[in-house]
Amino acid sequence: MISKEVVEKVAKLSRLNLDEAEIALYAEQLSQILDTMEGLQQIDTDGVVPLAHVLPIENVFREDDVGQCFRQEEVLANAPEQSDGMFQVPKIV
Amino acid sequence: MTISRLTIHELHELLVKKEISAVELTREHLDRIQKLDGDVKAYITVTDQLALEQAKAVDAKISAGESIGTLAGIPMAVKDNLCTKGINTTCASKMLDGFQPQYSATVVHKLQAENAILLGKANMDEFAMGSTTENSAFFATKNPWNADCVPGGSSGGSAAAVAADLAVYSLGSDTGGSIRQPASFCGIVGLKPTYGAVSRFGLIAFASSLDQIGPLAKDVTDTALILNAITGYDKQDSTSAKYDYPDYTKALTGDVKGLRIGLPKEYLGEGIDPEVEAQVRAAAAKLEELGAVVEECSLPYTRYAMPAYYLIAPAEASSNLGRYDGVRYGLRVQAKDVVDMFCDTRKQGFGAEVKRRIMLGTYALSSGYYDAYYLKALKVRNLIKQDYDQAFAKYDCLIAPTAPTTALHKGQNQDPLALYKGDICTIPSNLAGIPALSLPYGLDKNQMPIGVQLLGKAFAEPTLLQVAYALEQNTTLTRLKPNQGKGL
Amino acid sequence: MEYEVVIGCEVHVELKTKTKIFCSCPTDFGGAPNTHVCPVCLGLPGTLPVLNKKVLEYAIKAGLAMNCEIAHFSKFDRKNYFYPDLTKAYQISQFDLPICKNGYIDIETSQGAKRIGITRIHMEEDAGKLVHQGATITTSAGSLADYNRAGVPLIEIVSEPDMRSAEDVMAFLTNLKAIIEYTGVSDARMEQGSLRCDVNLSLRPVGQEVFGTRAEIKNLNSFRAVERVVKYEIERQTEILEAGGKVVQETRTWDDGKGITLSLRSKEDSDEYRYFPDPDLTPIIVTDAYIEELRASLPEMPQVKRQRMMEEDGLPAYDAGVITASKALADFYDGVHAHYNDTKKISNWIMVELLAKVNAEGIELADVKIRPEQMAALLKLIDAGEISGKIAKKVFGEMFATGKDAEAIIKEQGLVQISDEGALKEMVAAVVEANPKSVEDYKAGKKKAMGFLVGQIMKASKGQANPAVINQLLTEKLDSM
Repeated sequence: MISKEVVEKVAKLSRLNLDEAEIALYAEQLSQILDTMEGLQQIDTDGVVPLAHVLPIENVFREDDVGQCFRQEEVLANAPEQSDGMFQVPKIV
Repeated sequence: MTISRLTIHELHELLVKKEISAVELTREHLDRIQKLDGDVKAYITVTDQLALEQAKAVDAKISAGESIGTLAGIPMAVKDNLCTKGINTTCASKMLDGFQPQYSATVVHKLQAENAILLGKANMDEFAMGSTTENSAFFATKNPWNADCVPGGSSGGSAAAVAADLAVYSLGSDTGGSIRQPASFCGIVGLKPTYGAVSRFGLIAFASSLDQIGPLAKDVTDTALILNAITGYDKQDSTSAKYDYPDYTKALTGDVKGLRIGLPKEYLGEGIDPEVEAQVRAAAAKLEELGAVVEECSLPYTRYAMPAYYLIAPAEASSNLGRYDGVRYGLRVQAKDVVDMFCDTRKQGFGAEVKRRIMLGTYALSSGYYDAYYLKALKVRNLIKQDYDQAFAKYDCLIAPTAPTTALHKGQNQDPLALYKGDICTIPSNLAGIPALSLPYGLDKNQMPIGVQLLGKAFAEPTLLQVAYALEQNTTLTRLKPNQGKGL
Repeated sequence: MEYEVVIGCEVHVELKTKTKIFCSCPTDFGGAPNTHVCPVCLGLPGTLPVLNKKVLEYAIKAGLAMNCEIAHFSKFDRKNYFYPDLTKAYQISQFDLPICKNGYIDIETSQGAKRIGITRIHMEEDAGKLVHQGATITTSAGSLADYNRAGVPLIEIVSEPDMRSAEDVMAFLTNLKAIIEYTGVSDARMEQGSLRCDVNLSLRPVGQEVFGTRAEIKNLNSFRAVERVVKYEIERQTEILEAGGKVVQETRTWDDGKGITLSLRSKEDSDEYRYFPDPDLTPIIVTDAYIEELRASLPEMPQVKRQRMMEEDGLPAYDAGVITASKALADFYDGVHAHYNDTKKISNWIMVELLAKVNAEGIELADVKIRPEQMAALLKLIDAGEISGKIAKKVFGEMFATGKDAEAIIKEQGLVQISDEGALKEMVAAVVEANPKSVEDYKAGKKKAMGFLVGQIMKASKGQANPAVINQLLTEKLDSM
């Protein structure tokens, strides 16, 4: 069972502002979902390599050659708020 | 005249013979969209101006006597999680409402290079999370076969557009079945290519190690033609495979004699609608009749695919969706400081399912749970892949249901876990990165289409197309059309 | 109670590649805000990273130069956290499989020689820059984000907690900077931000084995700041402990103006980075052949060079240490030495004249106008008696300012040493006549008077008289009287 406190901590880490009802709902649903995950623990995975990539691709590189950048107005094209060619954000702390 | 019902290869003939112009063809589709999409709601954005301009350019080429490719002048739709420069790309999320990317996805460039006609951007579950398209922040898409049913998801708009002849074909993305399941629900062909066969550059990520772009089409030949255009190595995608991609139409021989086909028992029986299972067995029998060797086989780790998937995909998603913080693009909710701005923007910008998965993924990656959940899931993923490796040592292709049921009714399932379980037939192939195709194969008692799934080893798309084509050529069950009067 | 200080450093070094780590934007400084930005480093939805091969090469070179083991299998991970300077809400970094580990740097301090362990070196991307609208981050009304720096390649070098004093830290950083410079993978200029240092510092009672609670002081961008921080933190933590308090494990920032460190955030909040392998990047497999190829391409490292200068060139340890601490200085020395043999003289001129000027002007050695062969030519002119040492210093100043050849300056300003006996005899005669008292003293056996007379002659010649010839002529003259 996932407690409300854990849900609140996870919401904070996820930068999600949840209301009380959502916290209660997610506590219940995440608990249910995670219960079904418990089945995984029965499997013996000793010596099994974790598979992060399905294809055996390795050493993909690009050469150190300069390419095209955006113009400043392209960079800022979708900026919710901008100032002096930069993205404006509210105060940090 | 029902030119909107025709396939790519049929329309290509007409265009080349100048029996129809690209502009006429495009107008026909735009008219249908105007007339019918108010009901179907397959499109979030319709790019009519652009489509007509592109069509004119193709007509100019034809009149100038230039040869045109098979996709040239053919109107299509792309899922709204593929970036289109200067055209709204929303992922069906409030977070990206009005977002016009400053660049286009590689597949979009590839289709543009083929002179394809972009009709618009198709509806989907928000950030591709869901299997009903009811998770779109804007509106739900209806199933053209029955307006009370969902089209499936997450590429529900892409599937419904093709099934309702609002596009000749479309592109979707498939992370855990998001192309195949809606193709199955809507009675069309859908293919999830091998991971790495189609560049992901410009596909707005849900779960990067599972996402693949693929076609939704009216028949197998069209599927092969689209695949010819969109596969290929892309140096902008590190996970793109350097491979000698074939001409997929060469696989359309109609001959399956001597092919070894496995029927995995874990995909049948409990949890699978008997009508669906019956059609899978019927398709297997048909292949046997055509000279293939069909055997029951086993993929013992299949039942662990669902829990493994619902740890890996949300974990990657929780990271991929961090960038929606209100700073550089998309929604921003004003607040007194940056942290509140992040939290309020994400609260208002994301829907319930997206939040649920972000929460689940964040939890799975948190210190203290990483080994038990995420790392364990990656190991199980390896076991699932090994299952397939062993199966494909014996079989050229596996046959299974695409989904446990036919299309669900709207609002039928509010329980997320029950919906997750609906992905059991499609999820394992994403975890293993192998190609899988959904082919319509008859209707259930409610006149809703049933999908049969073909699975092959990595880069075995030609085998899947070969088998699907043989079925298509030898039954009347694969080319299904909704009774539009009833469905709409 | 007596406390022992325990210090470890995390040093971020910006690599000198032409382009960013995962996209082809240039890394150049000084562009207008948000002009070195593309879809990838802006973190636009759907974009994907592709690793710059040069970054791997440079990271391995740095690792080899610091005696590290190079990982044959390495990968990138995502470090997830939210901050407006981060375009994807994660930094692509390396977590459990860094490219280099288990190395060391040798240092020498007043306490003798010591080896500082290098735990690991990993590759990662830099974040963008935030401009705070107001005096400081805490009082600003808002901030502005510029992503020109986002995606600039960095290596993070993590040391073992092997340092025990500010002197250790300074020696470690000096050597680290020199090694990085020698490898050529970075400019390693702290003042320009291409080398930044985080200091982890804790105290423990002398004799105790367990480490105390540490504070991490982030983003120090000058050697002086590092030294001041170490001294300040030792004092701060000692005071806390002596008052019976507990040091809080936290991240602190250095206020250079006030000379104090301030709490930035408590550690518990930031620890949860949810690292996992980046699915967008493929594993990195490094072969032994590639490692050896890179090892062979490395220049001589400062420690080795220093030893060689002492043994082969006969330089004192101190001189060799100063010269090899900077790649540019060592290269300059080698450049002069290629044309001139008196190594001690070269080192004197570099350490006294050249460094004095460089420090006085506050410039980088790279910007010095004098070329090594010009310096060699100057030293040869002194040896040949063309100019005196005193004049040479004047000529050197002129060379430093203009970059002109010594000979040209001497010619232009008529500074050639006068060795012509005829001319000098006249000067000697005039000075002897004008200073009868000194001549008298000399005759009475006061040899010191000789020095005064020589000085007068030199003065009359504006320093251009050849002192050896003067000595000889004056002795002859006085003895003949």
